[in-house]
Amino acid sequence: MTMNSTPTESPDAFRVSQLLSDTRYRAKTLQTIAGVLIMLFLGWLAANTLSNLNTLGKPLSFSFLGDKAGYDINQRLIPYTAEDTHLRAALTGLMNTLVVAVLGCLTATILGLFIGIARLSPNAGLARLARVYVEIFRNVPLLLWLLLIFALLTETLPAPDAFRGEDPSATLIFSDSVAVTNRGVFVPSISFNQPRFGWLLLGLIAGLSVLAGLLRSAAKRHQSKTGRPVALGLPILATWALSLMALVYWAGPTVSYPELRGFNFRDGIHLRTSLVALWLALALYTAAFIAEIVRAGITAVNKGQKEAAAALGLRGGQTMRLVVLPQALRVIIPPLISNYLNLTKNSSLAIAVGYMDLTGTLMGITLNQTGRELETVLLGMSFYLAVSISISLVLNWYNARVQLRER
Amino acid sequence: MSQSNDLIPPRPAPQSANGILGRIQALAAQGPSHLILSVISYAAMAAMIWLILRWAISPTWTAGSLAECREILQGQHGKACWGVINERWSQLLIGFYPKAEFWRPALAFVLLGLAIFAMLRVNARAMERKLAVIPFVLTPYLLWGGPIWSWVVLFGAACLLLVMNKLLRSTNAKADFAIRIAFIGAAVWLAMNISDALPPSLKDLGLEPVKSREFGGFLLSFLIGLSAILFSLPMGVALALGRTSKLPLLRVVSTGFIEFIRGVPLITLLFIASTLLNIFLPPGTNFDIIVRVIIMVTLFASAYIAEIVRGALAAVPKGQTEGAASLGLNYWQTQRLIILPQALKISIPGIVSTFIAVFKDTTLVSIIGLLDPLGLANNIRADSAWTGIVWEIYGFAALIFFIFCFAMSQYSMWLERQLQTGHR
Repeated sequence: MTMNSTPTESPDAFRVSQLLSDTRYRAKTLQTIAGVLIMLFLGWLAANTLSNLNTLGKPLSFSFLGDKAGYDINQRLIPYTAEDTHLRAALTGLMNTLVVAVLGCLTATILGLFIGIARLSPNAGLARLARVYVEIFRNVPLLLWLLLIFALLTETLPAPDAFRGEDPSATLIFSDSVAVTNRGVFVPSISFNQPRFGWLLLGLIAGLSVLAGLLRSAAKRHQSKTGRPVALGLPILATWALSLMALVYWAGPTVSYPELRGFNFRDGIHLRTSLVALWLALALYTAAFIAEIVRAGITAVNKGQKEAAAALGLRGGQTMRLVVLPQALRVIIPPLISNYLNLTKNSSLAIAVGYMDLTGTLMGITLNQTGRELETVLLGMSFYLAVSISISLVLNWYNARVQLRER
Repeated sequence: MSQSNDLIPPRPAPQSANGILGRIQALAAQGPSHLILSVISYAAMAAMIWLILRWAISPTWTAGSLAECREILQGQHGKACWGVINERWSQLLIGFYPKAEFWRPALAFVLLGLAIFAMLRVNARAMERKLAVIPFVLTPYLLWGGPIWSWVVLFGAACLLLVMNKLLRSTNAKADFAIRIAFIGAAVWLAMNISDALPPSLKDLGLEPVKSREFGGFLLSFLIGLSAILFSLPMGVALALGRTSKLPLLRVVSTGFIEFIRGVPLITLLFIASTLLNIFLPPGTNFDIIVRVIIMVTLFASAYIAEIVRGALAAVPKGQTEGAASLGLNYWQTQRLIILPQALKISIPGIVSTFIAVFKDTTLVSIIGLLDPLGLANNIRADSAWTGIVWEIYGFAALIFFIFCFAMSQYSMWLERQLQTGHR
């Protein structure tokens, strides 16, 4: 088999021993051998798998995805009933994974940024507090945090029943709009009379962004011409606030507050305890890692930069915002994104608290109902793999772009 | 031209920033907002400590259930119920491992800890590193027990091998290698067959055998974590070499494997361990769930270690490879004698962090039904006597995880400083 892959242009008589001893051929010989071994190994695995599946009477097939799922999912962003297919159930779970991942990433970033900066604060007390946070959250397993938070939410918060009666033992917070119960958090929801509100909102945001961008570049030109900065922050913020308020007012918002009816709160948005616990655990845990990344990024910025900024008369906050952070971002962003990736993968721990994400639906109930271990786990893995590959492509692109700018 | 001899008045001495008074003065000099921030931060820390102490100091050690705790506390809220720890602490540590045999895992892990410490020391002597192998050979026997003879043979063989390496070294490396392989083969054969040759009275001599499903608690976490890191080290190094290799096929296979493992959550790999691994293997194969989990966690950890080693390989200057080539060393000699010693030294902190991560990730096995500390915590909380217990159990587990992970991370940071040979 190795003979075929070796070129035979050698002028001397070719000896078989050359395949290993001659550096011209050795690489190819070794690779051919390795390749054949790997193929044999994979083939062996595949053969085992097929024969085992046949013995079990369930040959590889994905047709179960079209069957009726028959189970309910308590949090759904796309319409889903128990009558729908397993595929639809998996999609519903996937949406739930994405929701908790996005919520977690946002919260963790904000929290991590503040804690990371606090760790470097000249104020020893604040720096120490931030360090305590980081060490506590980093050195205890995420699953433990998740179970602990979930247990605390279910065991210590008041039941919806406690809100009932003349003299209830629990009350709604934020002027009677948010109910924190052991069955989840109920927040008011907003709906609009204008049917095309969503599109209008998107259009407005796009328009305002373009406007703000134009204004910014004009201000920059003005600054580089005259040396005077134009204070744009407040006007832009005011424009955003006013136009959004105007749009909302025009669209006629209807706010529905959570209300205790029957055994539970109705109306409003119900954030289930499982979602809240997962969100909190992912955000608090990842924030500790992000804080360390932020700290490392800021420390990586040359000290001379800070001193130069101070010499130019910039204040502490300005130095951070205009000089240090932009340079630190180059160091921060790659590990930050890989932490987002970790958070997304970690969201699969949802199954421990019964949050119906992709792991809970496809690799949980669907697996148990259909007995299709191989197919469901393969599908689940390929979803996470797809996310991580696309994110690493983005990361490579970013790294390449940042690298070009380097001196 | 009048020359003035007037000196400008001396400036006041800088304030001391040492001592409590100096610190307070330095704080005051920073302005009121800093002072307020400090007061708030320290107050928050003090409040936390006070809350924990107030909760922890609770005379409930002997209580047999949560109800008894409440009776003892007589309506005081926010107090711990330590009865559950008193009743279950050994379970949380070793699961359903026979209580009388507690010394075995304890001894094994103390020895292992010493061995790991000896191995990871920056300037460990060669002999220390070799002696450090002994606990790794001893641990499986201590944990699982059973007839002693096979282990005696293996252990003796390992010692002989060490002696052989020291004394018996010919100029022909290939022959040496072949002799050692043959020796190991013979030792394994002897270990497998020795019990048949012994009289029945001696056959079962040894420690009481313990089954894998009796393992639990932190014993399980340590076992999985340690074996995973141990087996994943060589595999990770091999993958890293593969990924940086010039041979495209090796590179593609290693990269594919690493990226695949790093792209999926550990829990999916554990699902494979619990439901699928038997499907991939020849019909009728069925082995221990703990071994299956160790295999998957090893694969998982090896991908992460490979990435750390790859980074370290890239950090070794190219001149080292070229220098080795100019001395006439071949690829393996270059890697073994020149590149890897330097690369592995740089990667020790990263490997320790991976170990921390893997140790924390062993808690995931509770999801596939193994009784690690978190699995046991679920069990205990489901017990009617202890329903409603939250902080005591999770706090106990968290404290142990914290102590080990924090110690390891501090150690890895210390190592990082020790290994820093740059000019700074």
